[in-house]
Amino acid sequence: MRAITDSATMLRRQVKHIWRYPTVILTFAAVPVVFLLLFVYVFGGTMGAGIGADRAAYVGYLTPGIMITTIVGAAQGTAISVATDMIEGIIARFKTMAIARVSVLTGHVLGAMVQTFLAIAMVTVVALLIGFRPSASVLDWLGVVGVLAMFTFAITWLSVALAMVTKNVATASNLPMPLMLLPFLGSGFVPTESMPAGLRWFAEHQPTTPVIETLRALLAGRPAGSSFLEAAVWSAGIALVSYLWARRLYNR
Amino acid sequence: MRTFVSVTGLRKSYGAHRVLDAIDLTIPQGTIFSLLGPNGAGKTTTVQILSTLIKADAGEIWVAGHDLAKEPDEVRAAIGVTGQFSAVDSFLTGEENLRLMADLLHLGRTKGRRRVRELLERFDLTDAARKPAVTYSGGMRRRLDLAMTMVGTPRLIFLDEPTTGLDPRSRRTMWQIVRDLVQQDGVTIFLTTQYLEEADELADRIALLSQGRLVAEGTPRELKRMVPGGHIVVRFADADGYRRAVGHVGATSSNDAALTVQIPDSGGVRTLRKLLEWLDTHAIDVAELSVHTPDLDDVFLTLTQEPSAKEPSR
Repeated sequence: MRAITDSATMLRRQVKHIWRYPTVILTFAAVPVVFLLLFVYVFGGTMGAGIGADRAAYVGYLTPGIMITTIVGAAQGTAISVATDMIEGIIARFKTMAIARVSVLTGHVLGAMVQTFLAIAMVTVVALLIGFRPSASVLDWLGVVGVLAMFTFAITWLSVALAMVTKNVATASNLPMPLMLLPFLGSGFVPTESMPAGLRWFAEHQPTTPVIETLRALLAGRPAGSSFLEAAVWSAGIALVSYLWARRLYNR
Repeated sequence: MRTFVSVTGLRKSYGAHRVLDAIDLTIPQGTIFSLLGPNGAGKTTTVQILSTLIKADAGEIWVAGHDLAKEPDEVRAAIGVTGQFSAVDSFLTGEENLRLMADLLHLGRTKGRRRVRELLERFDLTDAARKPAVTYSGGMRRRLDLAMTMVGTPRLIFLDEPTTGLDPRSRRTMWQIVRDLVQQDGVTIFLTTQYLEEADELADRIALLSQGRLVAEGTPRELKRMVPGGHIVVRFADADGYRRAVGHVGATSSNDAALTVQIPDSGGVRTLRKLLEWLDTHAIDVAELSVHTPDLDDVFLTLTQEPSAKEPSR
């Protein structure tokens, strides 16, 4: 009970931070939007032909990958914000108070999820403006939001843990960087079938691929099939391990 | 007086480096206790252990009637910490910072609001209440910091170097606030400081920490009595006067070049009068005369030694 009310208080703290510095969300959305425009207008013609269609169809293929790029990109911002917070005296104050200890971290996670979702919404609006035409039903959209929430939750806990591995803000901000590569080394931008054998195996067995495949299916109004279960298992696994890791680092 | 904090045999090491070695402390309720020591003596480590931030290797610690090792949350409910690095959220306003504390302490809406208003008033922050803490001056930040600590009406407050970096006026304001906390609220204060003047001004009892050991403990007056620091320094107007006087005034040290002598001051005013009379009868001109009473600086410098250069500083 205490953990819930204290986490809610800490979430309010984060929301006030976001409210005071709303431009942070723009920086979360900027890179994915640039990628989106670059891949649609520069590579789009060729890429579209590669999937046996055209530029317009490629927007639909690309958008789920760009959504995931937004999530893993935001992880870096979250890591910076957590690492910066951890060296502030206020964390020592929280630790000497009789509050639910983990609530500081839960506040960060929930706050970062709000930010990430706003950034995803912006990116999606841009995609819609340049020709993204999803054929998802209301139920499919709920599924999309659910899958995005699951994966964001997992990646955010991971970035919170990574932020606390070192006491140095610069290092902490670099640690989640490799995550940015995952959508590229998966089915985010091109089908995995077009990759050489070794890379293809990796692409088909890493967490972003089933998440992207699920989103792609739901947005196209198709059933997601087994990729949904795979995405859920990956998200739950990453979230659990990262949560335990982050909690241990915080209590250290 | 009831004992509020009692520490026996406290030890803490980081690897082979012993930070605290067999520390015993007793702090009566409603008093100001000051821990003094040079940088690296273990002051902050002591505060971190007593405020439940880090664990001790050995020792028994009781705070507010609770065993710190067994009931850390009960201890946390009785204490407040205002640290060396100000523990405020810079992005939030003063009022929001205080509200955050009220919410975390589950004061409830009306009670929380009232407490926040009271504290803003008391710590002279009402005008700045709606400005982000990042815009506050050093003194205002410290006041906000202490106000946040006070939201939960703690019975023991740790003040870790509360006036470091403050200008003299803000420092005096802070001192008055600390005195009021003890007199009006009956709070017990655990103060660490590098300013001996501050300890002298505020503390009921002082403990001197040097290289992880307590080397002295007592009231400021008792500590000053421990060192024979009192002396009179006379600088003569000419070499002739210096030569004539040097063997006759009971000097313990003299400086031929500067024409000064140092005379131990055991008898207070009487020693001084005898000296002046002697100088007068022998018609010796004095350029400068000063009386040094022992202060905590003398105590500090005598009783705490710097770690030797050979020892690895870790």
